[in-house]
Amino acid sequence: MSAGTADFVASLVKYGLMFAVFINVAPIMNWVERRACAYIQDRPGPNRLGPLGLFQPLADALKFMFKEDVTPALADKPLYLMAPALALLPAFTTFVVIPFGPDIVVNGRTVPLVVANVATGVLLFLAISSLGVYSLVMAGYASNNKFSLLGAVRASAQLISYELALTLAVLAVLIPVGSFHLSDIVAYQQAHHLWNFIPQFIGFMVFLIASFAETNRLPFDLPEAESELVAGFHTEYGAMRFALFFQAEYTNMAALSALGVTLYFGGWTLPFVHLSGWLGAAVGLATLLAKVGICMAFFVWIRWTFPRFRYDQLMRLGWKILLPLAILNLIVVAAMTLAGWL
Amino acid sequence: METVIFFLFAALAIGSAIVVVTHRSPIYATLSLVLTLFSMAVLFVLLGAPFVGVLQILVYAGAIVVLFLFVIMLLNVQKEENAHVDRGVQLWIAILGAVVFLGLFWLAFWRTGLRIGGPAPARLTEDLVGLKGLATALFTDYLLPFEIVGLLLLVAVIGATVAARRSDSETVRPDDDFVSGDEPRTDPLRSLPDPHRTSVAEPAYSSSKREAHS
Amino acid sequence: MSSVPISWYLLLSAVLFGIGAIGALTRRNGISIFLSVELMLNAGNLTLIAYARQWNDHTGQLIVFFVMAVAAAEAAVGLALFIAVFRQRRTIDVNRLNLLQG
Repeated sequence: MSAGTADFVASLVKYGLMFAVFINVAPIMNWVERRACAYIQDRPGPNRLGPLGLFQPLADALKFMFKEDVTPALADKPLYLMAPALALLPAFTTFVVIPFGPDIVVNGRTVPLVVANVATGVLLFLAISSLGVYSLVMAGYASNNKFSLLGAVRASAQLISYELALTLAVLAVLIPVGSFHLSDIVAYQQAHHLWNFIPQFIGFMVFLIASFAETNRLPFDLPEAESELVAGFHTEYGAMRFALFFQAEYTNMAALSALGVTLYFGGWTLPFVHLSGWLGAAVGLATLLAKVGICMAFFVWIRWTFPRFRYDQLMRLGWKILLPLAILNLIVVAAMTLAGWL
Repeated sequence: METVIFFLFAALAIGSAIVVVTHRSPIYATLSLVLTLFSMAVLFVLLGAPFVGVLQILVYAGAIVVLFLFVIMLLNVQKEENAHVDRGVQLWIAILGAVVFLGLFWLAFWRTGLRIGGPAPARLTEDLVGLKGLATALFTDYLLPFEIVGLLLLVAVIGATVAARRSDSETVRPDDDFVSGDEPRTDPLRSLPDPHRTSVAEPAYSSSKREAHS
Repeated sequence: MSSVPISWYLLLSAVLFGIGAIGALTRRNGISIFLSVELMLNAGNLTLIAYARQWNDHTGQLIVFFVMAVAAAEAAVGLALFIAVFRQRRTIDVNRLNLLQG
């Protein structure tokens, strides 16, 4: 097996592993969301199916599969059918640049535990996640429904506005590291024994708020809010198609959480512990998943605590507050790096 | 392997480019443009320019084409109708133009000795692929164009804002006179909220109903 | 060692440019013309990157950066102008935007 083929096979295996992990995000989050929301609202939540309602996601999946699939008569068929599938593409492609463990040695070759160790690193993540706008737009346009169209236009405007602040916050993290590779960012944090959210706190806050907006989560979920726009861009989607949108949303959340955790909280590393070898890889993966889990729980907590933003308030926040803050953060971090403090 | 990828994405690029220029619905044309841009980004990566490829997706496919889609949906651009009288003349001009262009490029090949299927280029060097050389050149040799482009973008933002702004003399009225009878009944620009109003006191799309009721 | 000669990329670029030119000359819809112009710009970008590879010089990639920025600026201003024109004339069919004709 030549070197190129070996790398390719290794990438496939790693992708299979990450895929297996990320495809379980949606059912687990379904359960977590409903139990957590019930707890916050002082009611039991799903508790009939299995202990603590743990089989609820299974029942939901069965329901989605057997529900009647209604397509609106005047919908633009090709776009209508393609939109949910297209929503999954960025969701299941963005996590290929997230490292999940130290380098391991297989058959004498050093294999970095990143599916795609490309030179562009984080930039690839941002680029592919910016393609997620198209499924929204297609869904809203093809549904031939005023609410869907309005929801889609608002959602895409929201996404591209907050993408800017997100990108600038990410750039600020890259300046002291000097490389786009996420594994270099993790190594930097481990070498300095300081997770990035402490020196770059403003950037972290901008990233946090922008990631809520990027994933259409409350308090930024106007495009899909029930009381505002029926269900926004996915009004006309039922059964399995809605399940695909649902899955795409949670997977996006998980991928963005993984990015945030890698950039600001040390990724797969534990503080003051040096991990290596196969055991290190397993512990690294478990640590990454634990941190992503905490981040997702935070997403759920915020969702059921805050009211949602009105559209103009949302736009104002993105352009007039977050973007200047992100630029300020970039300047401060650049100055600190030049001064040698970072 | 590289040949396979090249042919696959070149075919995809050409196919979606043909859809861009021929499909009657502007939404489909725009989405085909996204596909073209994506396949060209892959070709850029194949040519040793990964950063340009990723920037192509981030900037071109992720922002510029979304802007196109917004404007298409805002203006409610309909599908083009079928051929009119002078379509034949247009087609001849188009074919002539294509022949001229392809002829020019063939001449370019012939004059410079570059044959179709000529020698393959040398090995990719880190200097070309890596970001360091690119960024250093951008901020040292090409600093002036960089700053000018920044200024250009600022001017474009201001210009776009001013050009698309509703002038203060225009009032928002539910019914307005139209140029001819084949435009849509509701003006899509009137039925979306005015971006200059900081608080949405009432949704604009129900204002006409309210007036009808009162 | 790359197995695809640069001339193939140049040929692809020429074909895409030709397709874009046909689109720009044939379409009636202003926005579709715009899309064809973007296609032509991309074909130019491909040529620049191909030559950058040929001569192992990253100047080509730099020029593509600038071209992308200029294309973004042009798209923004052009579409804003289309919106302004639509407000006045209720159409973006270029055959009907003929006030300066004659």
